[in-house]
Amino acid sequence: MAPLDGAMIHDITGPLAIQKFYEMGGSRVFDPGRVIMLFDHQIPADSIEAATNHVYMRKFAAEQDILNYDINEGVCHQVTVEKGRAAPGEIVVGADSHTCMYGAVGAFATGIGSTDMGFALKFGALYFRVPETIRAEVTGKFQKRVGPKDLILSIAADIGADGATYKAIQFTGKTISKMDMAGRMTLCNMAIEMGAKAGIVAPDTVTWEYMKGRRKMKPFELESDPDATFAETRSYSVSSLEPQVAVPHNVDTGVPVSTVAGTHVDQVFIGSCTNGRFEDLAVAAEVLGKKKFSRKVRVIIIPASRDEYLKTLKAGLIEKFVKAGALVEAPCCGPCMGGAFGLLAPGEVSLSTSNRNFRGRQGSTDGKVYLCSPATAAASAMKGEITDPREV
Amino acid sequence: MMAGRKSVPVKSVVVSLRPVTTNMRAWKFGDDIDTDAIIPGRFLTINNPDELAKHAFEGTRDEFAKNVKEGDVVVGGRNFGCGSSREHAPLALMGAGVKVVVARSFARIFFRNSINVGVLPVVCPEADTIADGAKVTLKIREGYLEAGGKKYGIEPVPEFMQGIIDAGGLVEYAKNLKEVPVCTK
Repeated sequence: MAPLDGAMIHDITGPLAIQKFYEMGGSRVFDPGRVIMLFDHQIPADSIEAATNHVYMRKFAAEQDILNYDINEGVCHQVTVEKGRAAPGEIVVGADSHTCMYGAVGAFATGIGSTDMGFALKFGALYFRVPETIRAEVTGKFQKRVGPKDLILSIAADIGADGATYKAIQFTGKTISKMDMAGRMTLCNMAIEMGAKAGIVAPDTVTWEYMKGRRKMKPFELESDPDATFAETRSYSVSSLEPQVAVPHNVDTGVPVSTVAGTHVDQVFIGSCTNGRFEDLAVAAEVLGKKKFSRKVRVIIIPASRDEYLKTLKAGLIEKFVKAGALVEAPCCGPCMGGAFGLLAPGEVSLSTSNRNFRGRQGSTDGKVYLCSPATAAASAMKGEITDPREV
Repeated sequence: MMAGRKSVPVKSVVVSLRPVTTNMRAWKFGDDIDTDAIIPGRFLTINNPDELAKHAFEGTRDEFAKNVKEGDVVVGGRNFGCGSSREHAPLALMGAGVKVVVARSFARIFFRNSINVGVLPVVCPEADTIADGAKVTLKIREGYLEAGGKKYGIEPVPEFMQGIIDAGGLVEYAKNLKEVPVCTK
């Protein structure tokens, strides 16, 4: 079994994990300082059941001396990384599939279920099969208004929804070295959409710069061994990459935006752990310029965390979005998982910067979800139909 | 929509992972059946398997929750259980009386979750050809299953996970453990 440096639970999977912890005979968690708790999926509580789950978790946090970020900080993955609760070389688990995002800071991080989490909370360790690694080598310079989300949608289309099952995906190459932390998070976040156990970027100067003020630790080298073997290496060049859109109802269906341009959309969501950071919202604002969103579209914008919200606010973008006709909500998962709000009616179409477009993911199973970048989402929200962001 | 639902804590559910395995009805599904399809996000405030079962495959195959019987088996294609880590997915199946899921391949988290909670995931490379409604008999020790009168090979589970299966799930496995052997980094 592998020792754990961190364990994250949220309001959906947490209650069950706590119950399993007790059923296993747990009394004290392995290390309260290594447990991260927060609520993000159904906040503020959208039902009495959700409120009851929150109360149950708060009680556990108080009993166990766990720092509970409660409903205050934002989406679990963004907050975990932002607060320095995942760091280079660490092993972190989270009771949520997109935990693989922490690979952006060079951690091995993977999503687990609630019973596994109960075990992790009790023992501070968990059983793993060491994954083989797929090396994704990325070169080239993105065109204007094309970015990391377009890249990961094209990689998902290439590798397939189960092409990396039980494997890790390591993102490497000159494009990755130059990519900011926000972009790396977008890439690693979606490793699970190919079935991967983890996504990872080897820590470099960008990583250590990001860790400053979040975690006290001295930079160290962490690279693949020179003689490391990989399951396979796939090369990608982004220089001629077009904006990508994943069409319903699978994530590995990415096509160039031109293929689906003109498709009517009822709702546009810009946010989530995949694309709700300041950098994402800044791209959306740049595309928007001084124009307005189409009145035929519901535009929902949600910064991924309190910090990201404040950065966006200080830059004047929240005011810009609101004036352009968007609904700006407080940090949370929002419409991404079709639980709390922003659900689709039968026949409706959503364009979303989040990570999943499964049938019924955002409400009715007769609704449709398309996935795209913040730039494509903003351009499409302005026109009321799927639009190439390079053409507005 | 949320009204009238009770949030009931999960009772300790001990399920034998060596269930009665003859003449189970196959509920056939396709490739990439995700956990949102098995149990949609709006029902995740529920933690009780029996309550979750009422919404299993809601919107995807509504007749399932109505007509599924104790001992029935779910059969899928590639990548069964992909997506969210929600353990509510295998719990919903368990609540519906399903103790075995047969698929050509499984998504990683669903595979672990199933074993941990006591639903047996069976990898069957030819699961695609099992017909909906077929009678299925599982011969785990013999390494095959019969469906519609035909024999299908099945793959053994990894050795360590077999230990969890034999214990009756991860809760039972962990109950009497004081500590676990931990490898060094």
